[in-house]
Amino acid sequence: MLEIKCPFCGKRSQNEFSYGGDASIKRPELGKEISDKEWDDFVYFRKNPRGKHAEFWHHVAGCRQWFKVLRSTSTHEIFKTAKINEEL
Amino acid sequence: MQKYSIFSLIKNAFSNHQNWDVAWRDPVPKKEYDAIIIGGGGHGLATAYYLAKEHKITNIAILEKGWIGGGNVGRNTTILRSNYMWDANGLFYEYGMKLWESLSQELNYNVMYSPRGIINLAHSDAQLNTYARRGNSMRLNGIDAVMLSQKELKKMIPFADFSETARFPIFGALMQPRGGTARHDAVAWGYARQADSMGVDIIQHCEVTGFDVKNGKIQGVETSRGNIKTKKVGMCVAGSTSLLAEKLNMKLPIESHVLQACVSEPVKPFLDHVVTFGAGHFYCSQSDKGEMVMGGDLDGYNSYAQRGNLPTLQHVLSEGVAMFPNLSRLKMLRTWGGIMDMSMDGSPVIDKSHIEGLYLNFGWCYGGFKAIPVSGWTFAYTIAQDRPHELNSQFKLNRFNTGNLIDEKGVGTKTWVG
Repeated sequence: MLEIKCPFCGKRSQNEFSYGGDASIKRPELGKEISDKEWDDFVYFRKNPRGKHAEFWHHVAGCRQWFKVLRSTSTHEIFKTAKINEEL
Repeated sequence: MQKYSIFSLIKNAFSNHQNWDVAWRDPVPKKEYDAIIIGGGGHGLATAYYLAKEHKITNIAILEKGWIGGGNVGRNTTILRSNYMWDANGLFYEYGMKLWESLSQELNYNVMYSPRGIINLAHSDAQLNTYARRGNSMRLNGIDAVMLSQKELKKMIPFADFSETARFPIFGALMQPRGGTARHDAVAWGYARQADSMGVDIIQHCEVTGFDVKNGKIQGVETSRGNIKTKKVGMCVAGSTSLLAEKLNMKLPIESHVLQACVSEPVKPFLDHVVTFGAGHFYCSQSDKGEMVMGGDLDGYNSYAQRGNLPTLQHVLSEGVAMFPNLSRLKMLRTWGGIMDMSMDGSPVIDKSHIEGLYLNFGWCYGGFKAIPVSGWTFAYTIAQDRPHELNSQFKLNRFNTGNLIDEKGVGTKTWVG
């Protein structure tokens, strides 16, 4: 069982959270003309490292806030969590 | 190569089975090959086998980081089926089913193909309707499909919860009678033995650490056992695909996730078919040893760990108990995890890449095992002919850019969108 430290609620069990994937993804700016390639990258392409991975999690059965987690994909160790507007 | 038969079995019994030939050699890598397959799992071994048999390219090496059959081909729930609706999937997997049907004879190795039928339970009228639509699409593609009523199901799977108070009452089912199971290790070993007999070098404990690319063309690979020259490289490394692609500065539309499976203690025969739960993601069958073989959802977060967590197992098994209440009395014998190459539309890629001589085979998601023969067959064609076969012509790498997704289930890497 993963224990994830929500930046708002503290340590809670994995059951309360839902995963949101790669935290480096940014939606293209509204109203800006962008190429098909850029849309393609935004919608379908994600980082997939073995090791440290910055990712979004959602405290769906708690405060319902999205936040960032720095976690190892090879050991599942969690190094750090941060609010969505903070740097990891 | 020594042929396996009842006579060779009797003959070797007289010498206490001490004189069997080795099933495959343990060769030292040569300096150069006509083609290199990275990954000695089911797909890699099958690819090498069909390259040698169908395309007469025998100067091939299979480079395997660990040992053959130690990855997902030894970690799955051994289910075979072609019950897909979209043509791209249906025709592809149905060709695979035909290969499965004669695979034991072809490989002279008993892969224990067991067409016991795969039953997809429906828990509402709406679900029955969608299953009927899928079944009709399958039949139009020449794939066997039958609808089953609750009355028929009661005879076939009497231990399922047919009560009206069940959380998800059983309304009926879609069945593919030719679907079933096979012995996973035997598939890897059978392909390895035949490929080896045709001259393919199976090189274990040899990790690919880099690629030699000049002017957009593959020249060779760098490995933990030295550099090897080649003009053609086929990659069949499932969950590790992104790691190898990174060495070529390629970004691929996949995430690696851990998928768990488990078996119970062995019990007397009580389930003759493969059965899937329609109100969640759970499937089970009973092995020849009597164990219940069960699986379900991904753990739901990127992982290369080959082991998962208990909350997902608990979730999956609670679905199992909702379907077969008597499963709750069983003890679990083993649980394990494998790393799935989850593509963004849930369908695989078998295609050329932008580098000449580099061919890609990945994105098998939950269903790589059943695809082994047909994936190997089409990938071998793609490598030998330098173009996709009609069967894999839609499993393109650039389909995410062009919008031609093969979104059979409407799920990709995320388990909760379904």
